[in-house]
Amino acid sequence: MTVEQLKEKLGLKVFGGEQGLANEISGGYVSDLLSDVMGNADTGQIWITLQTHKNVMAIASLKDLVAIILVKNHEPEEDTLAQSNEEGIPLLGTNMSTFELSGKIYELLK
Amino acid sequence: MHFEYQIEGGNFTRAGFASSEIKKMLKQLNVDLAIIKRTVVATYEAEVNVVAHAYSGTIYVDVDEKKIIIKLVDEGPGIPDIEQAMKEGYSTASSRVREMGFGAGMGLPNMKKNADDLKISSEVGKGTTVEIRMRFSS
Repeated sequence: MTVEQLKEKLGLKVFGGEQGLANEISGGYVSDLLSDVMGNADTGQIWITLQTHKNVMAIASLKDLVAIILVKNHEPEEDTLAQSNEEGIPLLGTNMSTFELSGKIYELLK
Repeated sequence: MHFEYQIEGGNFTRAGFASSEIKKMLKQLNVDLAIIKRTVVATYEAEVNVVAHAYSGTIYVDVDEKKIIIKLVDEGPGIPDIEQAMKEGYSTASSRVREMGFGAGMGLPNMKKNADDLKISSEVGKGTTVEIRMRFSS
């Protein structure tokens, strides 16, 4: 499934990084601890978090993640959004909680 | 080949910039992707530690056909007890740094897990030197 397809199915909001919407999703990782994501997420995964600062983009880029989804209506900071557009890594959002969103994505990807 | 990168202590908007440059450089040199991945994790954690704890730092990278050596030298408070700092979950990060999702005491363990060889030396009141070595398997 591509990021675009996931966005359509779950009605996710696109904040930025549209260039990367065609990227294929290999799986997902859920964490708000950056070193946990750094150590355990893998290439091609989407990352679900409530962290909105710029460092999430640095991690997504370094780990070659395909998208970040911010939960519970969190909005990215300005420089986070700028880097999302610059790197072409989609930054998405939802009003769902992490639990609800993860469950839905797990069902769709399995 | 030798490269150098500067790190600014306390500036989280630039955290990861040097690691990103190192990743690009290793890709250009056609280093094996699995090695790049591990190098990136170890280097990023070391870079963030300099940003979170030190005043300034320099990363020295040397690459030859057998290995990558990444040496981070910082001017900062130093680490009084390296063995304790290496323990998973141990952190001295400020509450501001923790709120960002850093400082969970996973940085040094991540570095140890991903580096082929990790050496840390430190002098309290002066600074810390971290050396990450990656070997190209033949």
